[in-house]
Amino acid sequence: MNGLASALIDGAVIAKRNVIKIKRVPEVLVFVLLSPIMFVLLFAYVFGSSIDVSGGSYREFLIAGILAQTVVFGSTFTGVGLAEDMQKGIIDRFRSLPMSRAAVLIGRTGSDIIYNFLSIAIMSLTGLIVGWRIRTSVLDALVGFAMLLLFSYAFSWVMAFVGLIVPSVEVINNASFMVIFPVTFVANTFVPAENLPGVLKTFAEWNPVSAVTQAAREQFGNVPFAAPEPASWPLQNPVLYTLIWVVIIIAVFAPLSVRQYKRADRK
Amino acid sequence: MAPVIEAVGLVKRYKDVTALAGLDLAVDEGIVLGLLGPNGAGKTTAVSILATLLQPDAGSARVAGADVLAEAELVRERIGLSGQYAAVDEHLTGFENLDMIGRLYHLGRTNARRRAHELLERFDLVEAGGRPVKTYSGGMRRRLDLAGALVAEPPVLFLDEPTSGLDPRSRTDLWQVIRELVARGTTLLLTTQYLEEADHLADDIVVIDHGREIAHGTADELKTLVGGERIAVTVVHPTEVERARGLLGRFAVGDIQVDERARGLTVPISGGAPVLTQALRDLDAAAIEVQDVGLRRPTLDDVFLTLTGHVAEALDQAAAASTDGSA
Repeated sequence: MNGLASALIDGAVIAKRNVIKIKRVPEVLVFVLLSPIMFVLLFAYVFGSSIDVSGGSYREFLIAGILAQTVVFGSTFTGVGLAEDMQKGIIDRFRSLPMSRAAVLIGRTGSDIIYNFLSIAIMSLTGLIVGWRIRTSVLDALVGFAMLLLFSYAFSWVMAFVGLIVPSVEVINNASFMVIFPVTFVANTFVPAENLPGVLKTFAEWNPVSAVTQAAREQFGNVPFAAPEPASWPLQNPVLYTLIWVVIIIAVFAPLSVRQYKRADRK
Repeated sequence: MAPVIEAVGLVKRYKDVTALAGLDLAVDEGIVLGLLGPNGAGKTTAVSILATLLQPDAGSARVAGADVLAEAELVRERIGLSGQYAAVDEHLTGFENLDMIGRLYHLGRTNARRRAHELLERFDLVEAGGRPVKTYSGGMRRRLDLAGALVAEPPVLFLDEPTSGLDPRSRTDLWQVIRELVARGTTLLLTTQYLEEADHLADDIVVIDHGREIAHGTADELKTLVGGERIAVTVVHPTEVERARGLLGRFAVGDIQVDERARGLTVPISGGAPVLTQALRDLDAAAIEVQDVGLRRPTLDDVFLTLTGHVAEALDQAAAASTDGSA
């Protein structure tokens, strides 16, 4: 069997195992889905009443940002799942089996798409209830959702790597917050990037989270009509820029993670 | 014929600890080798290297005809591993665990299922097979873990402390299962901290300490080396230790070991319980108050004391290591 085929076949077996776990411990899923609802409501009503975006509704502006932030946060699950497997010793069993060395990681990142898919769906419904609308076609909107999912998939490889190097499950939440808060806040997620000061503005313009947010916002038709044309190339070409990042992240972190998995020693 | 498991000069160092300091092993087909040593002796490291989980810093090893470094994939197809922590998924049922392992050995859907059912039957887990593993007892988890190692009917099996932490009854049950297994000709490398376990299961025993071999032989050979049964006495008053030693001297078939601090004496004897009874009568007649007394068979402590003279140190380290949960 060639490498990629066996990685996918074995990965599917691992993904099935992870899905069974979602069914057996539904509490996890409940919280995964409740927190995005909370985010939408908090931002829509707390910030929504005082933030004004030129010529548009803040709630409409906001939803793409929250979706982007949530799927990036969702990648933490990948790290937590792997760190748990490491701690419980089942990784040792997998590593003693004649299975693909990439399968555990492919299975994990693959099954975590389910979490992100569901949280995007729940948040979109919540958004619709509080007044968010898609102003374009269904196809455009689907491209927007696809960009969010793709980006979250790529980002889960970053967290897979983190999950394999941290000494315990407890560390991973703190470690991931250190990364995720800056990249999701210094962006155009909650405020227009143009309003940020100096260095932060440049960071936000080149931040891939901004690009995926911008891509989704444009695809949903939620860009405020009076908003200035973006000044930076990434935000002028958000779909392309996001795709470039997706490829780069996977190309860097997938091999790094597999290498770490091969060496993994019980913590 | 070449040994089925062969290791030459294995060395593994961690930051400031040498886990293996040049270990050689050779196990012929169908033989059960017991790797005996306290916690931290390097047993798990040795198994991890042979099972391709870990790369040695020096040395080489071949398992079932394949090199563990250059042909790791081939080795993995020919081995089964069951570790000291039951490596099964607790959210999956027993059946789902075995089925998953079968799929990962590429047995195919039908064969993986058939094999899972067979193993549940063989390990007396049919009733529990549909329940998530987290509802299982410790003994059941170990049986399932062992079953997991047998899914592909590998010719070589590694069992790393298969009974540590089990109650005596579960331990005896598991021994029975392992004996049936090796009766079918599987080559087995078993690690254990218990001389009794090695005695029950192993054809050949290698005793290791600080990552190197310190003795090698059959259980009988080791016991001859260590001596047979002994009486262990603890007296109430420290002042009476010497008197007790004098009194018990006539039963001793070897040197009496005295621990002044613990007020304990260990007396090698032959003749079993009647000798113990007589010894107690003598102590009583001499008005020496006894706090504790018993007949003991040789343990790993005794093997170590005889072979290295540093039993206390080794076991203290073991206790320290086991409290922080590492091995």
